[in-house]
Amino acid sequence: MAHVTETTTGVTQATASATTTVTMGKALNLALHDALRDDPRALIFGEDVGQLGGVFRITDGLQAEFGATRVFNTPLAEATIAATALGLTIKGFHPIAEMQFDAFSYPAFQQVTSNIAKYHTRTGGACPVSLVIRIPYGGLIGAIEQHSESPETYYVHTAGLKVVTPATPADAYGLLTAAIRDPDPVIFLEPKARYWSRQDLTQPLESLPLPPLDKARIARTGTDATIVAYGPTVATALAAAEAAQQEGVSLEVVDLRSLAPIDFETLMASARKTRRVVVAHEAPVYMGLGAEIAARLTHDLFDTLVAPVERIGAATTPYPPSRFEKLFLPDVDRILEAVDRTREY
Amino acid sequence: MAKATVTRHTTGKDAAPGQSADGANTTADPIEEIRALLGPDGALTEEGERVVGVDDATLRDLYRQMVVCRRLDQEGLNLQRQGELGLWGPFTGHEAAQVGAVRALDDADWIFPFYRDFAMAVCRGIDPGAILTIFRGLTHGAWNPHTYRFAPFIIPVGTQIPHAVGFALGCKLDHEPIATLVGFGEGATSTGDWHEAMNFAGVFQAPVIFFCENNQWAISVPIREQVAGRIADRAAGYGFPGLRVDGGDVLAVYAVVRAAAARARAGGGPTLIEALTYRFGPHTTSDDPTRYRTAADDDAWRANDPITRCAERLRARNAYDDAFASEVAAEGEQRAAQMRQTLLSATPPRPESVFDLVFANPPAALMREKAEFAATLEPVDETQGTEGE
Repeated sequence: MAHVTETTTGVTQATASATTTVTMGKALNLALHDALRDDPRALIFGEDVGQLGGVFRITDGLQAEFGATRVFNTPLAEATIAATALGLTIKGFHPIAEMQFDAFSYPAFQQVTSNIAKYHTRTGGACPVSLVIRIPYGGLIGAIEQHSESPETYYVHTAGLKVVTPATPADAYGLLTAAIRDPDPVIFLEPKARYWSRQDLTQPLESLPLPPLDKARIARTGTDATIVAYGPTVATALAAAEAAQQEGVSLEVVDLRSLAPIDFETLMASARKTRRVVVAHEAPVYMGLGAEIAARLTHDLFDTLVAPVERIGAATTPYPPSRFEKLFLPDVDRILEAVDRTREY
Repeated sequence: MAKATVTRHTTGKDAAPGQSADGANTTADPIEEIRALLGPDGALTEEGERVVGVDDATLRDLYRQMVVCRRLDQEGLNLQRQGELGLWGPFTGHEAAQVGAVRALDDADWIFPFYRDFAMAVCRGIDPGAILTIFRGLTHGAWNPHTYRFAPFIIPVGTQIPHAVGFALGCKLDHEPIATLVGFGEGATSTGDWHEAMNFAGVFQAPVIFFCENNQWAISVPIREQVAGRIADRAAGYGFPGLRVDGGDVLAVYAVVRAAAARARAGGGPTLIEALTYRFGPHTTSDDPTRYRTAADDDAWRANDPITRCAERLRARNAYDDAFASEVAAEGEQRAAQMRQTLLSATPPRPESVFDLVFANPPAALMREKAEFAATLEPVDETQGTEGE
């Protein structure tokens, strides 16, 4: 992807102070570091998170600094990684568990949906499940099967989970920190193709205000149509908006940040303004988040919208061989074509 | 939270959880000591009974709890048949296993039960009438786990087993000498969660007791179609001891669990206990055992009724007479009536309270949805209490 530098947070507009550049991977690493430093009950565990620092190096250096009782490897068994995290919350720990890849989170699905999401209810609120499950997700890394999936619909459809995903290094730090501090279970989806994306910052990540876990962000303001994106597709949407600008079309980009719940207030406000909406995600269109967004917007803004909500996403196929992945995922052209369709009404 | 007081170990070495410096196995292994006191059938030998040293008053109390719990089980069945409960899962046959196991633990020790561990809950002091509100459809959780050191009943088979390992790992990380016992049936030993949890426990040397109530039947599937080999033997593959005990002998169960708990608290790691027992009744009230087993299947086990065998041990000590038996039976009647009364007088919560329990920190969107839902309900009639249908 061409757009490796975020220019949309407002932070980069500040002029005088010296800027530092941070990648999303480093921002996540720093959030984990600061959680271990500030919260004596925080623990990090999963496959390869110890000495190796994880296959993406997101936990790099943490075991060396905080010791093997705070950051440790587990056997290769995702269900019990998740279940162990739940058990540890009952003892008052705040576990941060790592699933190595999106599709490798599925063995833990029963624990997540039947126990982690429901333990607060099942104990009448006596046992809050204050844990985070980090899952690298999404495609465009040229990987083999099972390494590029977008499993968010599975998780957002389960009540009792909060599901968030960052699109920028600043949000990676802020949302992960907020997720760790939250008393409820948070599925934290990391857009792995963006791990190496950079953002220029004029102030330290830890001094930025923490984003709430249930609020979307206007990544770019515009007037002619709204593109709803999250995680890996936000950069694509911004690139599309930049291209549209050249043609005199003003696109607003909403970065959902929170997938459960979805911040419909922000979405509705944007849709009321632009009256045209395109939703773009890497997950299949069928029953993807775009379906819920389209349904809600159509219901609540039936008289306001001037075109059907357009949805861009993957086909109803297994994730394709990586040679073809760019053809299946939203890109600038597909987004702009969808914008054009909404403008034909 | 009525947390029992525990003292902390002083080991401060910063090793990975599985590389403990807790000094395991520096003394004689309590599991091997107790194994030597069991007969070939897993029951406690006469010498074992003497060595274990349970006094008459305690044994009478174990008997009392078993009888009371069986009576409560019968009442649960009655209530279901009378339409007061949606479902009941009888545990008669498991009394010695459940009562003996709980009695062997310290108050600070934790229990992660499966759905049939009703007698364990009662022995931990949880109000049986409150437990039944779950089966009446009023709630998904009827007690605070921290108050009783007793986790909620878990329905998906085997999934509570790794929770116990996580909790036990936490006790180890906190250097607290707390043993954690997890209950499950033999069917659960076929699940991946059981194997994974056993492996994690072995690797992390978690202070956990895997307590298998092998009642021979997973609904209709007999043990021979569930497990090849012996469940207890599987512990060896995970690097810790396992032993089979006569689950109908309350003293044997008590002795074995007590030894495993001592081992866990001392940093010795996990133990697997396979308690051989029998489910005298159906899997649940929705089940029909006549379709898959015969009276002949049951006879040998009924001849080994755990309550009868406890009475025999008491008789051998001259600690059992008709007056005691009548007194215990009367207590069972009284507790059953009380349980029924508590259940039938339980007030249903307002339906919209379901929304309040989803999160500790609920998002505004969910609270708006709650308000929309509540607006569709009949208003609360203050003069009629809060019957919410």
